[in-house]
Amino acid sequence: MKPWIMALLLCVGTFLTGYAAATPVDTYQFKNQTNQERGLKLARSMRCPQCQNQDLVDSNSPVAHDLRIQVYKMVDEGKSDEQIVQYMTQRYGDFVLYKPRMDSKTYILWWGPLGLLICGAIVIGLLVRKQRANKDSNEAFTENDEQALKAILQDEDNK
Amino acid sequence: MKKFFLFLPLVTFAVLGFFLYKGLFLNPQQLDSALIGKPIPAFELQKLEDENIKLTNKDLIGKVSMINVWGTWCPSCKFEHPYLMKLKAQNILPIYGINYRDERKAALHELKVVGDPYALNIFDPMGKLGVDLGVYGAPETFIVDHNGIIQYRYAGPIAEPVWNNTLLPIIQKLQQQAKARGAS
Repeated sequence: MKPWIMALLLCVGTFLTGYAAATPVDTYQFKNQTNQERGLKLARSMRCPQCQNQDLVDSNSPVAHDLRIQVYKMVDEGKSDEQIVQYMTQRYGDFVLYKPRMDSKTYILWWGPLGLLICGAIVIGLLVRKQRANKDSNEAFTENDEQALKAILQDEDNK
Repeated sequence: MKKFFLFLPLVTFAVLGFFLYKGLFLNPQQLDSALIGKPIPAFELQKLEDENIKLTNKDLIGKVSMINVWGTWCPSCKFEHPYLMKLKAQNILPIYGINYRDERKAALHELKVVGDPYALNIFDPMGKLGVDLGVYGAPETFIVDHNGIIQYRYAGPIAEPVWNNTLLPIIQKLQQQAKARGAS
């Protein structure tokens, strides 16, 4: 087998095995399909407080297990999304939310990229305008200038 | 104005650099507790030594105290334990223990072997109180004032430096406040 094909297969294989082993299996029985979808979606939107970079569904840690079962139960009890999110943030703070809420502390997160984009646009706009202005002045290349240039070039050649 | 624009990249770099540099020294394992400034969550759980005795949040109010969450399955708790024994001997404040996600037998055995630093032992096998306290691992320690309001949370084992530099000053301040207000 050609080495590059082997390398490619190895890469793909690595990704596939990681994917298959990722999610622990719970025995929790939802009341119905809708609840299951909502419960999983909610638990996926929250971060495991212990392992930092996994959501509640992906994590094997005992805390994540407790919390996702709690989320599932609350969904089955008919609690609204806001109530469940409130339950979690009251205990674990905004840290558990993967998508930060909009408040005075997170304005820069939400609007920062847009602000940078606008800044960039302004800078580019200014640069383009400046360049255009320069170009206009360049066109005023007078007869005198031309002669001066020729003189210089000849001077160079004679050296 | 033109000069200012010229320096803009440098300024941006400096500001970004400052925050990223600061970020290097943050400990991602040390989360702020959402419960600071809030009362101990209401609970009713069995006493570790006797399943017929129920303990509630009211049993923990009245003195400046420390709530320590531990389990026999937790190696850092074992590491921390001798220091808790030392603190108990100094008799600075009551330490309440929450035996978290554990088995009663194992926990009682452990306390018998290595000593019991706790004024009260609360048995929380399902981790219910743990979740209400926002516990994400063990050991975790909460400092509670005489009104039962949580004032500080420390995640990780307590040892000399943390105690002297962080916990003790907070406790002393709270005890002074309690004294000033006529509580014990």
